[in-house]
Amino acid sequence: MSIGCMSAEGIRKGIADGKFSAEEITVQYLERIKSKDSEIGAFITICEEESIKQARTVDNKRKKGEPLGRLAGVPIAIKDNICTNGIRTTCASKMLEDFIPPYNATVVDRLIMEDAVILGKTNMDEFGMGSSNENSAFKITRNPRDTGRVPGGSSGGSAAAVAADMVPASLGSDTGGSIRQPAAFCGVVGLKPTYGLVSRFGLIAFGSSLDTIGPFSKTVRDCAILLDVIQGGDGKDSTSHTGHYEKDYIHCMDGTVEGLKICVPEEFFNEGLDREIFQLVKKSAEILKDLGAKVEEVSMPVISQSLPAFYIISSAEASSNLGRYDGIRYGYRPEEYENLDDLIEKSRTEAFGDEVKRRIMFGTCVLTSGYYEEYYVGALKIRRILCDQFDELFSKYDIILGPVSPVLPFKIGESPKNPIDRYLADIYTATANLAGIPAISVPCGFSSEGLPVGLQMMGPRFGEKRILQAAYALEQALQLKL
Amino acid sequence: MDFETVIGLEIHVELSTRSKMFCGCSTEFESAPNQNTCPVCLGLPGTLPVLNREAIILAVKAGLALNCSINRKSKMARKNYFYPDLPKAYQITQNELPICSGGYVEFDCEGRHCKARINRVHIEEDAGKLIHLEDQPCSLVDYNRAGIPLIEIVTEPDIRSPLEAVSFLRTLKAILEYCEISDCRMEQGSLRCDANISVRPKGQKGFNTKVELKNMNSFRELQKALETEEKRQRELYLAGEEYRIIQETRRWDAAKGRTIPMRSKEEAREYRYFPEPDLLPVTIQEDVIKRIKETIPELPAQKLSRFVGEYKLNQSEAEVLVSDKALSEFFESTVKEGAHPKTAANWVLGDLLRILNEKKISAKNIPVKPSSLCQLIGLIEKGVISNTAGKEVFRELFESGKSPEEIIEDKGLSQISSEDVLIRLVRQVIEENPESVASFRKGKTQAAGYLVGQVMKASRGKANPKMVKELVDKELAGL
Repeated sequence: MSIGCMSAEGIRKGIADGKFSAEEITVQYLERIKSKDSEIGAFITICEEESIKQARTVDNKRKKGEPLGRLAGVPIAIKDNICTNGIRTTCASKMLEDFIPPYNATVVDRLIMEDAVILGKTNMDEFGMGSSNENSAFKITRNPRDTGRVPGGSSGGSAAAVAADMVPASLGSDTGGSIRQPAAFCGVVGLKPTYGLVSRFGLIAFGSSLDTIGPFSKTVRDCAILLDVIQGGDGKDSTSHTGHYEKDYIHCMDGTVEGLKICVPEEFFNEGLDREIFQLVKKSAEILKDLGAKVEEVSMPVISQSLPAFYIISSAEASSNLGRYDGIRYGYRPEEYENLDDLIEKSRTEAFGDEVKRRIMFGTCVLTSGYYEEYYVGALKIRRILCDQFDELFSKYDIILGPVSPVLPFKIGESPKNPIDRYLADIYTATANLAGIPAISVPCGFSSEGLPVGLQMMGPRFGEKRILQAAYALEQALQLKL
Repeated sequence: MDFETVIGLEIHVELSTRSKMFCGCSTEFESAPNQNTCPVCLGLPGTLPVLNREAIILAVKAGLALNCSINRKSKMARKNYFYPDLPKAYQITQNELPICSGGYVEFDCEGRHCKARINRVHIEEDAGKLIHLEDQPCSLVDYNRAGIPLIEIVTEPDIRSPLEAVSFLRTLKAILEYCEISDCRMEQGSLRCDANISVRPKGQKGFNTKVELKNMNSFRELQKALETEEKRQRELYLAGEEYRIIQETRRWDAAKGRTIPMRSKEEAREYRYFPEPDLLPVTIQEDVIKRIKETIPELPAQKLSRFVGEYKLNQSEAEVLVSDKALSEFFESTVKEGAHPKTAANWVLGDLLRILNEKKISAKNIPVKPSSLCQLIGLIEKGVISNTAGKEVFRELFESGKSPEEIIEDKGLSQISSEDVLIRLVRQVIEENPESVASFRKGKTQAAGYLVGQVMKASRGKANPKMVKELVDKELAGL
């Protein structure tokens, strides 16, 4: 048995059929991590004891003939901004280096409920702020496809862990593209669900109105299975959706796209887009067309304004969300301080990285009276218009198609020096967060250098079913060797 | 120069919900430090607030009782600032769209009828408490209070004197207590009042620079703080130094009896308000408002006029009764049991209040049943016991669970009304006091009174005084 080609679905089936035990699987993946992760750096914490214990519980269940959960024995990695009871959750920040939450995020509870095995916590850009994993306070993560390059971010560890076969699936979080961009860079599937579909309880907040938790996997089917497990209303998150939504993802994934209406906004193909990505995305659109989808070009001018709006709103919320790290109750505290103000100032100065500080300062500024109306309120207006234009498009189309990232995975240390240029990484992804709509990144080919390229498909709110259906059809048609 | 004082109040009231505003923690006041806390009210990373429905209902109830209009949709907002008692570094409150706006309170002050408009009522969470240690260079934080639901009631600048401010606040407190919105204990901080005050020459239309006063923990301190600040401002105007009145926040120092500058307008905090993304807007359906309206009881002002009209109490008696809902209910229950209203009022306002004050019992916890007081009144009226003995029985009712009759029985307090017993006593006293009888015969009628007193003494106060007097008169006449 080679774990390299096993899907979460396959593992669950193998365990259920008695081909191997959950413990065997867990031990194999742990060994794989041991041999591989010193090179990749995907994990901050590896839960060796806990995972073997959980695997044995699953095996006992099977022995006793008890029903097995939908992810029985499937090893899963969790981004380190998602709280795990008794397991430290750092946000890749010096601030929370020793923080051990006394509670699980709702998504973690749901994974465990379905007998998944939590293998470890993955590296990320500090507090989710970044697109390369170079902003981790602890270490960089390397792209398993080319270890000289970044895996993307901020969920770079979760994407790399799957790409390097250290887990069959993982969870990440996406505030402006933090699942989709690393999925594209590492050549795996990554889904950012509709805002409200998956509970945010236990996700350490960055931009509360934009943050979502979603899965990484090797296959679109695994992605759908994971989503099915973690989704659903939660009494602990008032913004989670308790009404009706389409749940039956797997059954519509039959390889067809017959009758699906897909549009391609021309604004997604601007001059900043890498030529090879442009071609691969266009080719994918052609394939979907050949499979029976209706594909049309449209224009959506507000897209060009969405990136500034995204940075204003996300930074404003972050400046407030990160205020609680003051060195008083938990987290980093300096050895010496003069008084209260000094304690707060030193804690934050010494424990936050540069990018986090930059966004706190920017966010504080846009909320200050005198700037609030122009910047924050202005950004809310753009967000409103964007939502309206998406509604308008989705009244005619099922899916909006485009690239995920304007660039191919870049070399470690070669991020643009100017922060504004770095922020362009989110140019095609942040719109889905502003509108709260679901979006998937699915591998659509390789560059001439063999670097993976991702295709983005967005759907209307709670329209996960259609984008999974199209992503599956494309996956089947392309049959990429990932 | 004649001055007019302009006062507006901001009142924070802790709502009497069982659990906190955004989590299930208890709101119990007496708990050990940090006992009533959880990851949510401690603001641990990743936790989210879930709004307590009961807090919304109480806020709407307050708005209705204060004649406000209820906003069908209101929004929660974050108020950002750093302080160790604020675990999230922001307070969840309301800014642009409060739950209630525009209302008024009518109240009386020194016989004058007054009215103060309410600008808004909004809901928010309380912060924790810092405890500064005297001998050590550190402070402790207790988060039991963090996340307790509050309403903030903001008045228009309609109040014209410190005394009016106190009268307003007393009326407001009574309304909130009647509606069971809050227990309104100023000493425990469940009712807190800040005041904005300015003075202006009488007749002037516009307002002068106002000063905000904080830290008044009782009605008396509120009045004293306002009087002190009023005096300070007037004197500065009279001295032509009004430029020294600046827009600032001053802290009332009760021990020193003066107000001390805290921060000026320039130092005012930048709170960076913005809509709370973790909570949906608060929407209130029409039928919910209707249902809440039905739970509002008779309010103090209505009850006052009813007591004066229905029970023929005078204004001041009724005012004292009505100022405390539990007291007024005890009184009314006693009357409903059959006691005469005037007599019942005398007992409640006299002996009952005295004993409550002595024993520091609140009217809510009166251990005596209204039916017991009613029985006691009946027994006195029927002459079973004397009024004096009645007072003793009443006091005893606080201690034992016995009925008035049982107490009278146990203590042997019942009046001697048997003619056989009394005549024997009277004859004995007459025999023992020949000189009094002699002076009576000489026309000194007060001697009869002395004899009555002696009989009462001999009976240890239990003899029916009316009968004793009759019997003494009869015996003396027959001699």
